[in-house]
Amino acid sequence: MLRPLDDRLHKIPSGCGVTGIMDRSGAVFSGGDIVASICNMMERGNGLGSGYAAYGIYPEHADYYCFHMMFGREAAVEESEAFLKKNFDIRLAEPIPTKFVKTLKTPPILKRYFLKPKEEKLIFLEDFSKKEIEDEYTAEKAFELNRTVKEAFIFSSGKNMGAFKGVGNPDEIAEFFKIPDYKANIWTAHNRFPTNSVAWWGGAHPFGLLNWTVVHNGEISSYGINRRYLENFGYYCTLFTDTEVIAYLFDLLVRKHRLSYEYACKAIAAPFWSQIDRMSPEEKELHTRMRMIYAPALLNGPFAIIVSDGNMMLGLNDRTKLRPLVCGEKGSKLFIASEEASIRTVSPVLDRIWMPDAGKPVIGVFTKTKSL
Amino acid sequence: MKKITIDADKLHYRDLNEKIHAVLADADEIVINNAMGQRYIGDAVSKKVKFVINGVPGNDMAAFMNGPEIIVHGNAQDAIGNTMNSGLIVVHGNAGDIVGYSMRGGKIYIRGNAGYRVGIHMKAFEENFPVVIIGEEVKDFFGEYMAGGLAIVLGLGTDKLPVGDFVGTGMHGGTIFIRTKTIDPRLLGKEVKAVELDEKDRVLLEKYVRDYCSYFPKLKAEEILKAHFIKLYPFSHRPYGRLYAY
Repeated sequence: MLRPLDDRLHKIPSGCGVTGIMDRSGAVFSGGDIVASICNMMERGNGLGSGYAAYGIYPEHADYYCFHMMFGREAAVEESEAFLKKNFDIRLAEPIPTKFVKTLKTPPILKRYFLKPKEEKLIFLEDFSKKEIEDEYTAEKAFELNRTVKEAFIFSSGKNMGAFKGVGNPDEIAEFFKIPDYKANIWTAHNRFPTNSVAWWGGAHPFGLLNWTVVHNGEISSYGINRRYLENFGYYCTLFTDTEVIAYLFDLLVRKHRLSYEYACKAIAAPFWSQIDRMSPEEKELHTRMRMIYAPALLNGPFAIIVSDGNMMLGLNDRTKLRPLVCGEKGSKLFIASEEASIRTVSPVLDRIWMPDAGKPVIGVFTKTKSL
Repeated sequence: MKKITIDADKLHYRDLNEKIHAVLADADEIVINNAMGQRYIGDAVSKKVKFVINGVPGNDMAAFMNGPEIIVHGNAQDAIGNTMNSGLIVVHGNAGDIVGYSMRGGKIYIRGNAGYRVGIHMKAFEENFPVVIIGEEVKDFFGEYMAGGLAIVLGLGTDKLPVGDFVGTGMHGGTIFIRTKTIDPRLLGKEVKAVELDEKDRVLLEKYVRDYCSYFPKLKAEEILKAHFIKLYPFSHRPYGRLYAY
């Protein structure tokens, strides 16, 4: 006779888990550590999503945008490739290397494309560099493809980086994508426990656009306001998960509005009015202006996020610290994670371990200019 | 006295806790080595037993605990002593957020820092009187919704105010002592008043600071007690009593 699942086994203690490791010297290291770190927090997920972001993994194609794509049907591959060929010069198209993992149910078709915008399609404007024009064109086309081709999704679109994600536990997803085979200088990872959005391969973290990726523990209560605000600037949410808006907000604030990382964080995790009241007159004016200009960019609700654009790794909490976040340092390595144990499991001895203040970012940058 | 040692290296929390429970009836002391984030250690244990944990115990350590003594050589993570009933937790490093969440009795002594919402909704009832003492500093929302018991921040090793913003927000019972000369009233919840300690408060403070220092031999209670402390208490027993009634 079939026994119903024991209550004790059925109960799922949860909260998503996030972790990130950066080598600020710029040296690349295998994905083995990030897998060990996220797997230490297995309890923070429930098998309904996991993923990794890696920077510095495609040095041989570093000048090309790399689209990681998933397809729910064969025809979507053809339709997407027709779209890509029309708008980009494709240097290389190939399947994303994967390994058969028995426990992973129905992975989609996964391919990656190294490409550049077609020169004749670009419209050059004064005040914008060629890179800025290319970035904007690539972002626009990525949104267009995600909106128009059914069951085709670009889930990462930056240079010399990539996201790897799906529905499964972090060990299964790591094995599937062969994460330890890649070498990166910034790694982030996520273990998902979806609370109020669906579990599907595209809905796993990290979320990204161009070089941006975000892994997130929590929920964005201001999603509706943020989404409508972003639509004004051409960002369309297609992935059925609140975290998507965080990636687009960073892209808007830093790439388009040219705010520093610190100021982007002040916009999305603004100080409370009661705290602004206690500031010096200059600071008070600055923060009042920031809150007024960027009111619809304010993220409400509990969150702990790790964000990267390949130049830095950033950890940030909501203003009232409703999700955990711990930072550690060992030599040139910076660790940011939901739990201390997930840091110590890969670096038992640390130079420093601390809990960042709510609403204040911890930002790791490279100590010297990265060589390409 | 029977002492049993368990190696927690690479053990899943469920396996570790099963090992603990398998020896619990016979042991007077259980030493857990190489803890690395395993959750629920000591949860709902209702027996006088001593745990010595080397490493980083995971979240929700000592939840619903009723009687044991837990000594942690390392840092503790979030939510230790959640709804703890009685017993003692001594952490030689730092602790994470929500230390003593809804704690109803027993003592939690942290040598280093603790995070946000320390002592949230602790409560006292008849002979049950929970006490939380943090050696260094705490962050925002210290004593949030506190309903009873005693929470103390010693501010060791700092000249700054050792608490964050929104202290005692929603507090409606219990007592807070903070080692500082003054506190900006704008950092306090609107239910809370800061006052000087009276004779009875002094007795309470000294009793628990001495007890705290007995677990950390390098600390001297006399030195700590020389500093100035303030007391926070809720001046309205039912701050929202009129909110919905009138």
